[in-house]
Amino acid sequence: MRRVVVTGLGMVTPLGCGVEPTWRRLLAGESGVKAVTHFDVSDLACKVAANVPRGDGSDGTYNPDQWMEPKEQRKVDEFIVFAMAAASQALDDAGWHPSTYEDQINTGVLIGSGIGGIEGIAEASITLKERGPRRISPFFIPGRLINLAGGYVSIAHGLKGPNHAVVTACSTGAHAIGDAGRLIALGDADVMVAGGTESPINRLALAGFAACKALCTAFNDEPARASRPYDRDRDGFVMGEGAGVVVLEELEHAKARGARIYAELVGYGLSGDAYHITAPSADGDGAYRCMSAALKRAGISADEVDYINAHGTSTMADEIELKAVERVLGNAAGKTAMSSTKSSIGHLLGAAGAVEAIFSVLSIRDQIAPATLNLENPSVDTPIDLVPLKAQPRKIDTVLSNSFGFGGTNASLVFRRYAA
Amino acid sequence: MSDIAERVKKIVAEHLGVEAEKVTDGASFIDDLGADSLDTVELVMAFEEAFNCEIPDDAAETILTVGDAIKFLEKNAA
Repeated sequence: MRRVVVTGLGMVTPLGCGVEPTWRRLLAGESGVKAVTHFDVSDLACKVAANVPRGDGSDGTYNPDQWMEPKEQRKVDEFIVFAMAAASQALDDAGWHPSTYEDQINTGVLIGSGIGGIEGIAEASITLKERGPRRISPFFIPGRLINLAGGYVSIAHGLKGPNHAVVTACSTGAHAIGDAGRLIALGDADVMVAGGTESPINRLALAGFAACKALCTAFNDEPARASRPYDRDRDGFVMGEGAGVVVLEELEHAKARGARIYAELVGYGLSGDAYHITAPSADGDGAYRCMSAALKRAGISADEVDYINAHGTSTMADEIELKAVERVLGNAAGKTAMSSTKSSIGHLLGAAGAVEAIFSVLSIRDQIAPATLNLENPSVDTPIDLVPLKAQPRKIDTVLSNSFGFGGTNASLVFRRYAA
Repeated sequence: MSDIAERVKKIVAEHLGVEAEKVTDGASFIDDLGADSLDTVELVMAFEEAFNCEIPDDAAETILTVGDAIKFLEKNAA
């Protein structure tokens, strides 16, 4: 199988628009979680969320007009604009702008989303009820479909290779990157633009996740303390929004054009729980098999993993993942660090796995593990260093990134420092 | 320019994201103003909304230029 490396990164997160502003603020221990003020939350149990900071584009703010023409933005839900922003950044970062037919057909797109255009669907259903079918826009369908994130990206950049999308709830971003890596490894493409995007912060999605009893409701007055994975006072996840996109490239292709190589994607594992629609199986069996499969594919043993970017959503499921990780690591648990960056940016659902894959790659570049914020009183003892409160410089060559989704769908990625 | 013509041109410029001076009577939505077939469907909906009238599909198919729209609406708008 051909080797696959990461050569470009792009993101829009609650900490900012762009990889470097987000990473800098993440390492500084900043939180992107705030009180929701742009719509009425008075009757919602959860009143906090992690919104992308809007602005004129300076100082790491997100200005959608920089990424998509206003007349096009009007036609789509914001998850598509987020994807356009992250994909443009990643392609610029990789210095890859295919212009020949040959390069275009060898560059594909695989961007997913967990729930896609839920806000636009909610609005259109009101229009349908109140004003009838003749008032439904011709852009209603193409502006909500999940694969249209990748569709718009491919059109904007002339990418004519495989065009695919993943929908696996909170595992979406990791599955997209893993599957895209396989397409390159198997020779279907030389370059893939891959990741996840999500724009779920609206009344309907907050009401829906609150009904599942999945959201944090105990910290409405202290938003920055709301997302607290592994802490005894955690009581649910905090919804976030944004996108993460990477450029994956076949190793020889990257070397031939002198591309900067961030890391190699060496492992990818998948599994299903076959247990419950929203809860992970209590024995952590699905997570265990998923991580084990990724390590097997990478051809490495568990004691080679230096850092794990956990799924860690700040729910009761944190301990199930932790037990599964302990089981995978065995005697190596005491020398491994694991943190949940959701403590800072909330849970970006379908974008989470992609954004966290980027954090994993950056932890290798900068030899530092980002912190688990708000981890003041761990709910269980563990030999694993959960990197409480403060980012931790450490030797990091190999990283495992976990994502687990509703429906019992699991994905793990393994990145390794590139060595010829 | 009639009030209707002015309003039509404003709607066209906004929806298609083109400069006002390009929106002449003779301008074709698709050939001159960069619209695709979905844009034209939405434009017709915007006209219906703004002028509180119904534009049947067979009539919509004959509205290809800014001038066509103005003519139709001057005749049929409430």
